[in-house]
Amino acid sequence: MSRSVLRTISIPLAAVVFGLVIGAILILTQNASPGTAYKALLVGGAGDSDAVLRTLQKATPLIFGGLAVAFAFKAGMFNIGGQGQLLVGAVFAAGVGFGIDGLPLVIHLPVALLAGGIAGAVWGGIAGTLKATTGAHEVIVTIMLNFVAGNLTDWLAANPWKDNSGSNIVARTPLVEDSAVIPTFGAVPVGFLLAVITAITCWMILERTTFGFEVKSVGNNRHAADYAGIRVGRIMALTMAVAGLLAGLGGAVESLGVDGRFEAGVNVGLGFEGITIALLARANPLGVVPAALLVGLMEAGAARMQFKAGVAPELIDVIQALILFFVAAPIILRWVLRMRHDASEQLQLGAGWGRS
Amino acid sequence: MKLHQKRLLYAGLIVLLVVIWIFYAANGPQTTAVLAGTVRAATLLALGAMCGMIGERSGVVNIGIEGQFLLSAFAAFTVASMTSSLFLGTIAGIGMGLLMGWMLAAMAVGLKVDQIIAGTVLNIAALGLTSFFYDRSRSLGVGKYTNIDLGPLADIPLVGTVLFSRPPLTYLTMALLIVVHVALFRSVWGMRTRAIGEHPGAADTVGIDVLRLRYFNVTIAGGLAGLGGAYLALEAVGTFSRAMSGGRGFLALAVMIFGRRTPFGAYAAALFFGFTTALQNQFQLNNTFDIPPQFVGMLPFIVTILVVALSGLIGSMRDPAALGQTYEKG
Repeated sequence: MSRSVLRTISIPLAAVVFGLVIGAILILTQNASPGTAYKALLVGGAGDSDAVLRTLQKATPLIFGGLAVAFAFKAGMFNIGGQGQLLVGAVFAAGVGFGIDGLPLVIHLPVALLAGGIAGAVWGGIAGTLKATTGAHEVIVTIMLNFVAGNLTDWLAANPWKDNSGSNIVARTPLVEDSAVIPTFGAVPVGFLLAVITAITCWMILERTTFGFEVKSVGNNRHAADYAGIRVGRIMALTMAVAGLLAGLGGAVESLGVDGRFEAGVNVGLGFEGITIALLARANPLGVVPAALLVGLMEAGAARMQFKAGVAPELIDVIQALILFFVAAPIILRWVLRMRHDASEQLQLGAGWGRS
Repeated sequence: MKLHQKRLLYAGLIVLLVVIWIFYAANGPQTTAVLAGTVRAATLLALGAMCGMIGERSGVVNIGIEGQFLLSAFAAFTVASMTSSLFLGTIAGIGMGLLMGWMLAAMAVGLKVDQIIAGTVLNIAALGLTSFFYDRSRSLGVGKYTNIDLGPLADIPLVGTVLFSRPPLTYLTMALLIVVHVALFRSVWGMRTRAIGEHPGAADTVGIDVLRLRYFNVTIAGGLAGLGGAYLALEAVGTFSRAMSGGRGFLALAVMIFGRRTPFGAYAAALFFGFTTALQNQFQLNNTFDIPPQFVGMLPFIVTILVVALSGLIGSMRDPAALGQTYEKG
């Protein structure tokens, strides 16, 4: 491994270690043994083929969610709306999944996935277009769109698309047709492969295409990009639409590959985990995959950790917040590890809410 | 404010009062219920908006208000439950708010972490910590804050119920609106605060310690959000539940922008948002219209998007010039 790669991953790695150490202290406050807890976490997430399948399933929407944040980061925008984009993607993919029957898998499944992706793209695109035309800050707009999406998907699942079979009273859609279910090969869900391919595609777009160059130029210096003739507003709107597409696909994979339907309140929190993953990956699409696998493993093993060591599964959320903190404030780790300061590592987004 | 703007404002107020009077004459109890609900829903938003405003006036974006509300509500609830004292609970809520404000300052001002990421860290940490330590079996044990009638004032029809028969933290919030207004626009501290938000370099030149004042302001502002958390747990609801802040920390930011980062403007905006919430509750109680609750529930958020978009278009609402930027002493 080259020196530069080592340097790039040393901060995220140290952040994970520090997060786990502080997590261990929290476990001790609950009168449990950190060793037992972490061992159960590892076994529950990677102990056998069932555990690996669980981890891959958990990691799949996280990859999409992480990419949705990372891609927008490249254009200097903070997509905090992964949650809403994922929800609309999940509900529309499920809608197409159960609403149409009689199609073969090779047509039905891609159409259902696409429906989710497009719904997400529209949701992200709203924020991007508003940013480009009125200067409305994407952070506020995407947060608000999260709440709108929550209400909208809740209504769809509770009214027009409700599962009326048997005595169901839960707000959820019927199960999708078999022709829209994402298959699984052994312990590897096809959705996971799709996520990895998407991550590589994102990297290719950013590093090898004109569009990617324009996205990064806007992210590096908006005014310079404008001066160079790049249509900044258009790029910002498009970037948010792509980010939304990615999150929407994540929701679609969740509906079609894991749950088999959309159920209101099931996917809560996934969009926010995307932020942790994108920062852990330092906004690199290829880094998103291992970051999502790590978080997915923790989530897959959380149930076993609770069962074996009596530690509340919410510990995972605390550890994630700690990791996020250490990645965001690398100066602490650098001080502890006596590393050299590197200004390029700092992620900078902030500006006002209106025009900028 | 210019003269014609002032006239417009007074004219608007008079129209508003007439409309309220007509509604009250038509249906007294309903109007009273909606307006009381408006004031109730506005308190939390006003506290959050004041927290955000003090930060932004000093150049620091605080997107972690949601997390500050949540963790403070948790602290207030837990302490009140352990000590059977609402007062101690409130103090604990404010204390937790100050601590979280200090953490935001430590990250955003001290460590120069991107301000929006720093706030997001607070939000995610608050959600995780409160879920982890949440004890389902714990209850408040004492009754939540109850209404205090302000003597004969409370007997005035409509106004008495809406304004002068409120629980204590609501009165405190109204008093704080005046305090923050005077502090921001009539005191040396306020002038310095606005200076470091507009032009930290110039403020530095005349001897203001920019970083220290930002640290102080963001910490103090956290105390206001902490009071909001205590209000939520001990006055509005009377218990703690997971993610109970429900996005109101973010709404508070919109309220702040809408109110042009002034306490009174923010309170007017908070009343407007509170009104949509109160109306929504009343519609659901009465089945007035056949609108699904989810669509009424979207309303405040869609209004926020429109407000933020319009404020960008009109351009009359200007951000503090140094908002979101870390300051390096030159």
